[in-house]
Amino acid sequence: MLSVIQFPGSNDDRDTRFALKSVLACDAELIWHKQGELPAGTSGVVIPGGFSYGDYLRCGAMARYSPVMAAVRRFADAGGPVLGICNGFQVLCESGLLPGALIRNHHLHFVCQRVHVRVEQALAPFTSRSRAGAVLRLPIKHGEGAYFASPELLGRLEAEGRVLLRYCDADGNVSPASNPNGSLGNVAGLLNQAGNVMGLMPHPEHAVEADFGGRDGRAILGSLVDAVTGGHS
Amino acid sequence: MKALVHVTLKADVLDPQGKAIAHACAALGHGAVEGVRQGKLFEIEISAPDEAAARGVAAEVSEKLLANPVIEDYAILRIEP
Repeated sequence: MLSVIQFPGSNDDRDTRFALKSVLACDAELIWHKQGELPAGTSGVVIPGGFSYGDYLRCGAMARYSPVMAAVRRFADAGGPVLGICNGFQVLCESGLLPGALIRNHHLHFVCQRVHVRVEQALAPFTSRSRAGAVLRLPIKHGEGAYFASPELLGRLEAEGRVLLRYCDADGNVSPASNPNGSLGNVAGLLNQAGNVMGLMPHPEHAVEADFGGRDGRAILGSLVDAVTGGHS
Repeated sequence: MKALVHVTLKADVLDPQGKAIAHACAALGHGAVEGVRQGKLFEIEISAPDEAAARGVAAEVSEKLLANPVIEDYAILRIEP
């Protein structure tokens, strides 16, 4: 069962559950942030997008100290897969479960558009349904999505192959022109060192049905579903 | 007591808001403004027996919450009685 964490101000929580449960046929439940434990039977955690705590102080800064985050940390430390989408990515960075930070878009505008991202590696549990070099078309919607890391950290992330998704054009070319927010290295999605925690700014849950923005989001969410159910479709 | 904590972006972190403010200063006719960095000022009311204790509390909340050490620095400007 996938636990979808719900903070005050989360707003993609239900869409995420819908994508997992109704589209990908994986059991998924909303878990209120006040819960100090994840439900027994949790095999994966998704921290959805939104504006937890109204983005007060910094995006994700307050959510980090919600009771459920201690349980999420224990789950991640034990090797359980944790996926953070948009605000969820920000929460994971603020929590230290992922390195670096997400800061104000370099042009100051809130971006709401479809972008292309290149899959850098096909890896369980987050991109096994895709292949290296594949280009996904996914929506983004954020004001603070510029990935920042010190040059040393960024170098290490690149060397360790931990950048999983990069903003690119329709042909997969990565360039400043295909960077929608000023992210260093065009980073759109990132792995932790152990490979079981991923954060990404694009919204796979908003791209799971052909009639509603395409199905490329299944490459990400479907991989997670495969990992927790042991299945593949 | 009251602690005043100043949180600023690290020098190597881009500050697009500061840049926009600097542009606005120039538009106001203040071409002498060469750059702006935007930060945050926190006024924290603390119940503590003395200044050292108040400073300790201010430092801890600054490190754990007010500033993200990846992108920000903090300075306790002063402790007021």
